[in-house]
Amino acid sequence: MATEFTPVASLLGGLLIGLAAVVLMIGNGRIAGVSGILASALAARPDGNVAWRWAFIVGIFAGAALAAAAGVYDPDSVRFPATGFLAAAAGLLVGIGTSVGGGCTSGHGVCGMARLSRRSLAATGVFMLVAFAVVFITRHIM
Amino acid sequence: MQILVALLSGILFGAGLAISGMANPAKVLNFFDIAGTWDPSLALVMAGALAVTLVGYRLVLRRAAPIFAGKFHVPSARHIDMRLVGGAAVFGLGWGLSGFCPGPAIASLTTLSMQPVIFIIAMLAGMLVAKLPVLPKIFQPGGSRGTAS
Repeated sequence: MATEFTPVASLLGGLLIGLAAVVLMIGNGRIAGVSGILASALAARPDGNVAWRWAFIVGIFAGAALAAAAGVYDPDSVRFPATGFLAAAAGLLVGIGTSVGGGCTSGHGVCGMARLSRRSLAATGVFMLVAFAVVFITRHIM
Repeated sequence: MQILVALLSGILFGAGLAISGMANPAKVLNFFDIAGTWDPSLALVMAGALAVTLVGYRLVLRRAAPIFAGKFHVPSARHIDMRLVGGAAVFGLGWGLSGFCPGPAIASLTTLSMQPVIFIIAMLAGMLVAKLPVLPKIFQPGGSRGTAS
């Protein structure tokens, strides 16, 4: 299913994501890495610092809901290429992979790359390349 | 205050994901389909986010400490090991199969579809599984552990 190239909206959205990461760093001194924040929120870390993590997660949902209410995002336009069992299998892989690899698109891809972290550059290169390969194989070979 | 800051950051993050189109897994997958229905939007999302964080982090990290916390919690590990590369590859596999990664999956709950719910429950299960000593030894924790997120 084709989607329209949206350079302006995507650039603006990206700027907001970057701003979110800078706000969390200057306020709380934390990396805005969604997988790590989720895993730590779930594990109820011994530092007892779980409340801000849940606030961040709830905020993501609220931010998307506000964007929908403001008419700058249409939830009805969203399509899910993976459903049911495939969505569950992908979820399991993403959960394991981000835990073992210590980050996802936000933690490694945005925050880590911005710190010029060698680990994050490597991780981002790997997960992007694998995703390119998987899509090529599933859409053009299988 | 830390809770309010995190809530504000989350709201900006979620709005950014929604506006950028990244809450739509179909759009994300099309970024990876150069040979087919290519949609380069994701590159602009990354460019926009990195433009702000590259400059913003540099300015912020000059401070002695954040405003509402005692210190910055920034990963210090530098070593590229099998955990990092293997974990990233497994994540890339799940991402490429579905177009879902953690942040956008949460944002796409706003569609009220069951699919992100299924994905997120499985993802949380995967995060718990990763803590169990069932993974191949090379992926077990120990040695350098730089959690970048």
